[in-house]
Amino acid sequence: MKLNQTLAALAGFAVALQLASAGNLTGKVTLGGNAPAEKEITPLKDDATCGKLLGGAVPKTKFFVVGANKELADVIVIVKGLEGKSTGAAAAPAALDQKACEYIPQILAVQTGQKISVKNSDPVMHNVHTVPTAAGNKEENKGQGPGAPDLTFSIPAAENFLKFKCDVHPWMFAWVTAVDHPYFAVTGKDGAFTIKDVPPGKYKVVALHRKGAPTGVEKEIEVKADGATADFVIEVK
Amino acid sequence: MTVHNSSLHRFAVFTVLATLGLVGMGGLVTSHGVGMAVPDWPTSYGYNMFALPISTWLTGGIFHEHTHRLWASEVGILTIVLNCWLFGKKSRRVLIALGIVLLLSGIAGINRPNGLQSSLHIGIHGVIVLIATFFWPRCEPASRQLRVLGGWATVVVLLQGLLGGLRVVLDSQLVADVRLGTVFGIVHGCLAQGFLVLLAVISLMTSRWWQFSGRAGSPLPADGAHGVTRSTSLRRWFLFTTLLIFVQLLIAATMRHQHAGLAIADFPLAYGEIWPDMSAEAVASYNLRRVEVTTSNPITAFQIGLQMTHRIVAFLILLAVWLCAWKARTIQSIKTLAFVWLGLIFIQVGLGAWTIWSNKAADVATAHVVVGALSLVTGALGCLISFKRKTVSASASVVDFSETKMADRVSV
Ligand SMILES: [Cu+2]
Repeated sequence: MKLNQTLAALAGFAVALQLASAGNLTGKVTLGGNAPAEKEITPLKDDATCGKLLGGAVPKTKFFVVGANKELADVIVIVKGLEGKSTGAAAAPAALDQKACEYIPQILAVQTGQKISVKNSDPVMHNVHTVPTAAGNKEENKGQGPGAPDLTFSIPAAENFLKFKCDVHPWMFAWVTAVDHPYFAVTGKDGAFTIKDVPPGKYKVVALHRKGAPTGVEKEIEVKADGATADFVIEVK
Repeated sequence: MTVHNSSLHRFAVFTVLATLGLVGMGGLVTSHGVGMAVPDWPTSYGYNMFALPISTWLTGGIFHEHTHRLWASEVGILTIVLNCWLFGKKSRRVLIALGIVLLLSGIAGINRPNGLQSSLHIGIHGVIVLIATFFWPRCEPASRQLRVLGGWATVVVLLQGLLGGLRVVLDSQLVADVRLGTVFGIVHGCLAQGFLVLLAVISLMTSRWWQFSGRAGSPLPADGAHGVTRSTSLRRWFLFTTLLIFVQLLIAATMRHQHAGLAIADFPLAYGEIWPDMSAEAVASYNLRRVEVTTSNPITAFQIGLQMTHRIVAFLILLAVWLCAWKARTIQSIKTLAFVWLGLIFIQVGLGAWTIWSNKAADVATAHVVVGALSLVTGALGCLISFKRKTVSASASVVDFSETKMADRVSV
């Protein structure tokens, strides 16, 4: 009993020590070359029920969300070599909304085992259909009528860009990447990302973009006590 | 000698038209990519399918998928009634039983969720079938051939319903890395057109023209002299071309059920080339450049190859049908059909090109499916007529034959 407590205290101390000495990995992702033009989602505009929820504006596809200076959003940056350290079971649930017959957000990253709660904000029926490709992840398809309670999903095995789709509205997609540790981030509109508290060491870091770099662009870095930086360019040839 | 039953023939034609509409509705489901919009079967979102509330049904892909299911159930009933009708007055009892079963199952379900809607739907069908039994099958049975075909139609329509259901239920199951939803979707799409051909054959064989042409004293024109000498080669060409169209259907169904959109986005060129680059880097770059709105599966080299094959086979079909029409141009019984066929193929080529230029717009792609089905049916009926012509001609007198040869020489 006492021994266990001592060990637990030691383990806690070790974690605290590691956190204290761990640094943040920051960086920026930009687009090289020109992205193809986005398309209007015409079937959404033409749909009898969903079209009414738009308030005039016709949404476009969001494959390359690029800023004025080529900053690229929706890039998933993952530190490699830390596999098997998922804290997903204890993490707060990630949220996916279905609003005006689109998924928000369309690019999401979570930890393996983390809960993903899917909400239906629309007055129409959606079905949330996951189409995984990694072994260990099971395909699910659940209807969610207007006002129905949130659905909960979780992804047991690591997978990049697992497709969530709605079969009722065939233009609705979300792409969820599951990582089996907490050391990842998704770039914002400014192309920047921050991965907090990476234990010091040498790593490979990969930047994934669903269209521009589906298999990723890699970089080697060393994280020291004061952190590290890594910038990426996703080339569109 | 049997008296021609024109109501039966009209009913058979009506069933063909209803089935053509059903093929179109099924085509829309696949064109929109909404085969899974109702994720359960035989229930619909947990309801008995006739009880699915209308408010749920009229949105997005549920509309296409659920309408397809309801329409399919109508075609199922039409087919069973047609089958009974072909069996003549003996089958009246079967129809009465069918009506009573429908009526009782309507009444039985009234307390289920949204049961009134379902009960009305099923019950009204029961009443219609019951009323129909007072008027319809008072005729003698049709020929044995027709009765067998009618029996097959019922078997195929039931099998087709089951395949459609399995396409939904087994959608995510993998066999050798291929989704069963894809496999069953392809089989369901191809068998649908086979079923349409079967019904069209029944319609043709119940027609006045078919039953009387070639008979002594027939009021309808039989073939002129040319039929006999040309028939062997014409028959072969009709058969070959129809089989080629069937092969094209298999290729097309495989393409459509990839749910990957256009494998090649331009026509008549392919990615700006006569023959596109199918290397891994090229395919990756095609995928990167694609901006797909609904079809999110990446395209593959296999799909590009399939699309090129589809284009080549289309060209061969055009040549073959042209040849059939040329060979048939002097043969009374089949001339019109052959030229209608050629017209359909021209329309079909146009629709194929438009499918690409419209970036696979769902309505255009579906029209391409429907005209494809019509081309297959026309070819199949052409085969049947040219084969029948042979048997009829063969039984004609020998004296006719020498005249035939003479006349043929003159015309050539
Ligand atoms: Cu939806």
